[in-house]
Amino acid sequence: MSHTAAQTLSGAGQFLSVPALLERNATVYADRPAYREKEFGIWQSWTWRETAEEIDALALGLLTLGVSEGDFIAIIGRNRPSLYWSMVAAQSVGAVPVPIYQDSGPEEMAYVLDHCGAAYVIAGDQEQVDKVVEIKDQLENLKHVIYVDPRGLRKYDHEHLHPYREVQERGRAARAEVGGELTTRRARLSYDSTCVMLYTSGTTGRPKGVVLSNRNVIESAKNASEFDKLTEREEVLSYLPMAWVGDFIFSLGQSYWCGFCVNCPESPDTMMTDLREIGPTYFFAPPRVFEGQLTNVMIRMEDASRLKQRMFHYFLAHAKKVGGRILDGKPVSGSDRLKYWLGNLLIYGPLKDTLGYGRIRVGYTAGEAIGPEIFDFYRSLGINLKQLYGQTEATVFITVQPDGEVRADTVGVPAPDVEIKIDETGEIHYRSPGTFVEYYKNAESTASTKDAEGWVATGDAGFIEETSGHLRIIDRAKDVGKMADGAMFAPKYVENKLKFYPDILEAVVFGNGRDRCVAFINIDLTAVGNWAERNNIAYGSYQELAGHPRVLETIRSHVEAVNVSVAQDEMLSGCQIHRFVVLHKELDADDGEITRTGKVRRRIVEEKFADIIAALYDGSEQVSTRTEVTYEDGRKGAISATLSLVDAKVQSAITRAVAAE
Amino acid sequence: MLDQSDSYLTEDGRRIGAVVMEMKNITLRFGGVVAIKDISFDIREGEIRAIIGPNGAGKSSMLNVISGFYVPQDGEVLFHGKKRPPMRPYEVARQGIARTFQNIALFDGMSVLDNVMTGRLNYMKTNLFQQALWKGWAEKEETENREVVEKIIDFLEIQAIRKTPVARLPYGLKKRVELARALAAEPKLLLLDEPMAGMNVEEKEDMSRFILDVNDEFGTTIALIEHDMGVVMDLSDRVVVMDYGKKIGDGTPDEVRNNQDVIDAYLGVSHD
Repeated sequence: MSHTAAQTLSGAGQFLSVPALLERNATVYADRPAYREKEFGIWQSWTWRETAEEIDALALGLLTLGVSEGDFIAIIGRNRPSLYWSMVAAQSVGAVPVPIYQDSGPEEMAYVLDHCGAAYVIAGDQEQVDKVVEIKDQLENLKHVIYVDPRGLRKYDHEHLHPYREVQERGRAARAEVGGELTTRRARLSYDSTCVMLYTSGTTGRPKGVVLSNRNVIESAKNASEFDKLTEREEVLSYLPMAWVGDFIFSLGQSYWCGFCVNCPESPDTMMTDLREIGPTYFFAPPRVFEGQLTNVMIRMEDASRLKQRMFHYFLAHAKKVGGRILDGKPVSGSDRLKYWLGNLLIYGPLKDTLGYGRIRVGYTAGEAIGPEIFDFYRSLGINLKQLYGQTEATVFITVQPDGEVRADTVGVPAPDVEIKIDETGEIHYRSPGTFVEYYKNAESTASTKDAEGWVATGDAGFIEETSGHLRIIDRAKDVGKMADGAMFAPKYVENKLKFYPDILEAVVFGNGRDRCVAFINIDLTAVGNWAERNNIAYGSYQELAGHPRVLETIRSHVEAVNVSVAQDEMLSGCQIHRFVVLHKELDADDGEITRTGKVRRRIVEEKFADIIAALYDGSEQVSTRTEVTYEDGRKGAISATLSLVDAKVQSAITRAVAAE
Repeated sequence: MLDQSDSYLTEDGRRIGAVVMEMKNITLRFGGVVAIKDISFDIREGEIRAIIGPNGAGKSSMLNVISGFYVPQDGEVLFHGKKRPPMRPYEVARQGIARTFQNIALFDGMSVLDNVMTGRLNYMKTNLFQQALWKGWAEKEETENREVVEKIIDFLEIQAIRKTPVARLPYGLKKRVELARALAAEPKLLLLDEPMAGMNVEEKEDMSRFILDVNDEFGTTIALIEHDMGVVMDLSDRVVVMDYGKKIGDGTPDEVRNNQDVIDAYLGVSHD
């Protein structure tokens, strides 16, 4: 039975909650796979019918543990079917699932659990249970903790600790007593009851709990699925943090709406192998993943035989010329098509297969701007990679790129049912069925973000291109500034250009209110380490490699090349980088320098490394600094370093006189 | 000291059983060199028993006596109360003893999976010919053994390197693969020869956790040799201290820590 037929059959407007969609899937797609997880080297799979049974048993078990409607149930762990089931089981009993970033430290976790007053926690393994146990004295509401993987937990005090399987068993055994209650509670779920609460990582301040209703999630999932014509036959790999709205929509919302299968990797380290084995048809990744894969391909090609290298570069050049046009359905000459077909046979096909993109129909990147060269690389291979622009408060979708209208420099047209307006300061506002209900226990923030008519301020500056109707993002509104001479300062624009170089993992540009721009650079250890190995450069640590004179020289050449490119943009030519420093440590979420989703927290970096910035501006050659670092387990340490500050050549723009160094 | 027969519970709730192996007045000589001089101690079921001592104290020789690789000139080894005759390595393995080596002894060119599979050798009944045909019984047998191996791979979190040739792995991971291979034999007594040698702090912490988990999850008795005092004291239930082939201390980590002979051996004695 086809997807659309199924929905017309039962009426699209009748599924008012995720558990209701589950019920439909268990009937309509009963024997189709709903979940797969690789365990013990084999892909274990569950059909929708089996999934419904698993969720049912857990929901009943939760009732025996005394879960009340409106309770918050925190879910912490890596992507596993059992944790996705936990979310739907929580919804089934009228509770609110709150997925939490599994790599948060105990402090962060304590804040979130305390803020929502979580009564129950469902944790993936011992690591997560340990964190909860550590902070349990601060959590007055916490009643029970359920864990999935029993390993190492046998000796723990089990008064308030329960194995997942056991809760399910209890549920199955108690079906006669609490089954009726479950049915009643499920029936009470409405389009406006809370579907999930997601904490935004936030580049500033404390995380905020975004409350999303069933309407938000189901409408958004439905619109986006129809936009890309997704069916129950899609395969997705869910590896992105479960606490992130993107994963919630792709791996839960859209999966339940369409009835497609969610595949969970064996462990975070095996993600790339699992990606290849699954070959998803619908894929979502932040730019970092695509950048990392491209870097890996390029490094590995250097080890390939001469012939292979020549073929690779020859056909890649051809793909660059016509690949994107073919994908967009634009006219391409017959001989070029033939050559592309040959290239596909010899290079693109095998390469896509190695990357795990052999079957991809629709791929999205979002979260950050992607380097145009990286974007075009994937598209030229025939991978339909598109961009979308969204945020947690919009249940992801604000704008998306329709097939055939994909460009690296825009983020597409408003998604179905989304209205967009740009205010006089250039900030983007939207209104849509996905617009969030509220920030939990934070009426003030809710009011300042969402106005009475439902318009939400995104905090991003952008404009709608008149010729195409596509939205272009300039930068975070609060990051866009002015240089001392009044020229526009848009750090992200320059940073993205820098980050295209495989050697550069992260860049932070400063210059707001100043006469010149300077930059922090993080080297990419994989790429630079590989280069060092090839050039017989010995190094003992990240810090040593980052400070190596030849590394600095290479980075300088990248910075100067970026300056040339930036100088060509009249509006932004003032953003050229005059001096830079290669940092002695990677910016890290544990130190609060980037968010858990990998966005730079500009203010924090600026404060933390104020001494280095000062040195960049006062012209000194070197700076000695001491930085506090937090280890994964929460312990603190410090690293000291003497960093070289490097001058870079800048271009004089035509319209602006730039004082050359 | 402990009662010889009774079992007891540790502070963290593990059951330590009866004596499984007892060394009685062991003396081992290589020509004129006395490597082990009149040493007696025992290993109880379910405990983590450490042998420590400075370089050249005779620790590895002791482990080789336990494993049956060396036959002592004097004294006897009692296994489950019975005197153990000299044995060949596979006979030792069949008794439920497995070990890892100080300087890793894996098959470099083979994948991690294949290396760990070799640990199942004693459980395979089919012959070379049957295995080459890969039909019926041979296939079933391999599937069963693969299942055990996969559980160990999962347990030690080495899924990501399952298909990687061992030669390409860093040192710390090779050590873990060796442990995996030893575990694949489903030993009752696991001997670890310096499991943490040459590791950085993080790798040591990981390895400690795995050793504790193995002991906890499978109830495996573990005897280990280790240099790193901190690790030994955190990990073990009881510690034997050796110096110049002699036993100079035996007891719980606390008892050993306060033993004057041990302090002297480790910190040196002042000669004034």
